[in-house]
Amino acid sequence: MNIDAKMVDYVAELAKLRLSEEEKLRMGEDLNNILVYMDILNELDTENVQAMTHVFDVNNVFRADEIKASYPREEILKNALAVEDGCFVVPKTVE
Amino acid sequence: MAEYYSDRSKYDVVIGLEVHVEMSTKTKIFCGCSTAFGAEPNTQTCPVCTGMPGVLPVLNEQVVQNAIAAGLATNCEITQNCKFDRKNYFYPDLPKAFQTSQLYLPICRNGWVEINGDNGKKKVRIHQIHMEEDAGKLSHHDNTGETFIDYNRCGVPLMEIVSEPDMTSATEACAYMEALAAIMSYLGVSDCKLEEGSMRGDINVSIKPKGSSVLGTRTETKNLNSFKAITRAIEWEIDRQIDLLENGEKVVQETRRWDDEKGIGYTMRSKENAHDYRYFPEPDLAPMHISDEWIAEVKAKIPELPQQKQARYLNEWQLSEYDAGMIVRSKALALFCEETVALCNEPKEVVNFLMGDGLRLLNENCLDAKDMPFAPKQLSDLVSLVVKGSINKTTAKAVFEKIFRENIDPIEYVKANNLEMVSDEEELVQMVADVIAANPKSVADYKGGKKAALGFLVGQIMRATKGRANAARVNELIREMLQD
Repeated sequence: MNIDAKMVDYVAELAKLRLSEEEKLRMGEDLNNILVYMDILNELDTENVQAMTHVFDVNNVFRADEIKASYPREEILKNALAVEDGCFVVPKTVE
Repeated sequence: MAEYYSDRSKYDVVIGLEVHVEMSTKTKIFCGCSTAFGAEPNTQTCPVCTGMPGVLPVLNEQVVQNAIAAGLATNCEITQNCKFDRKNYFYPDLPKAFQTSQLYLPICRNGWVEINGDNGKKKVRIHQIHMEEDAGKLSHHDNTGETFIDYNRCGVPLMEIVSEPDMTSATEACAYMEALAAIMSYLGVSDCKLEEGSMRGDINVSIKPKGSSVLGTRTETKNLNSFKAITRAIEWEIDRQIDLLENGEKVVQETRRWDDEKGIGYTMRSKENAHDYRYFPEPDLAPMHISDEWIAEVKAKIPELPQQKQARYLNEWQLSEYDAGMIVRSKALALFCEETVALCNEPKEVVNFLMGDGLRLLNENCLDAKDMPFAPKQLSDLVSLVVKGSINKTTAKAVFEKIFRENIDPIEYVKANNLEMVSDEEELVQMVADVIAANPKSVADYKGGKKAALGFLVGQIMRATKGRANAARVNELIREMLQD
């Protein structure tokens, strides 16, 4: 796959990135290089290699269903740009 | 037959459902915050469920356990090697900007549940069940142009149960939702309270020319949280699609919303690229391996499910399908019923009390069957009094109401208030003789051929005993005595 200018715009929009023209060019080059590297990897013979879903060889990392104290609300709300009635407040968004 | 706005005779309706079920675990899916409903906004949050950078989610084992149970109870295959994926989108109800969900390896696949369909029993196939996290709650304020966010619900574990498009009417869609709700609450994995949002449905609707094997274009209407809303939204959408086709237009594949207050469906304004979620494997969570032993362990703990109970009640108790169906809708009611029957072995009488006055009184008092204000022993004692003929039906109804409202002991109450039937034959014979002696005119009328006079005499005795005499026996006695 070749990353053209249109694809760069599309991916940037999905990721909510505002890029300058120069950044777009550089991003396109970077993305293309990554894909070229994938092509190199694709040349490897993986016939006898088991597919994996995670880089670490661990599974079933669980916690018990036991309540832990939540954070004080004031602490959590410190991250909000605006607060009212104990809520985060943002400009009205309707899907 | 219901009357519809549009002419449905030319079309087949095809409906599939995506049902979100909130699990009733104590804590959230990836952190130890409580899931209790109704807390003050943002008091059940922490850095994990509010998406702070650098935090590490850890999976709640009970969530996996519940999902396995749900899958087994709906005849699914369990995906023994499964994992989570990230579904990326920007919306303020999701502070991480992605939802941890399962796309590639959902935990359950290829199941089915049985429902009472429009043409008898049918199986609705389940495509998959996957685990994911719920989002926060937004409230939009039109006047100020602001949105308020409460993240208490963010991270509450959900199961999304995706059906195949196997339903053909709103009635079937509701029957399917009810079947799921019953199964999940029997398992104890969710309380399935639609009004609290712990169960909600997205409906996929399409229509096609009658008999055609090619599916039409479908639309999805999201987030319906009552059976009434589901029914109305489906009916609306069917009518809309038929209208389009009848006018030579096309159905556009789109996501829609339903406004239950106005009773209208409408297109969701959404950005063109909104549905490119760029899923990728969740790197912060280890994959799951669900062993055969684990599955067997969960299976062993699955209780008798509503459908099995219903079949047993039909067989062992000879209940009607309707009665059995009503009783099993609530696990608490079914268990109460079973305990009572175990004591008195009179299933039909027990069911009559519970389904008639029992459900009515629960309703009137806004109680759930699990809050039944008396014990099975009291009902079984009452039923025994009825079966022995110690009290009549009218008295029994009144005593049942007393049990419900005042938690009385039926045996003591009946004795203390002298409500027992007059069962002493000698006493009854004497009463009949007295009434005959006191009413010579009626006796003469009866003997003269006026059969209605008999009813008057019986009535006199019933009045004298305040209804505590066996009317049939009194009838016999009078006839016998007047024949002499």
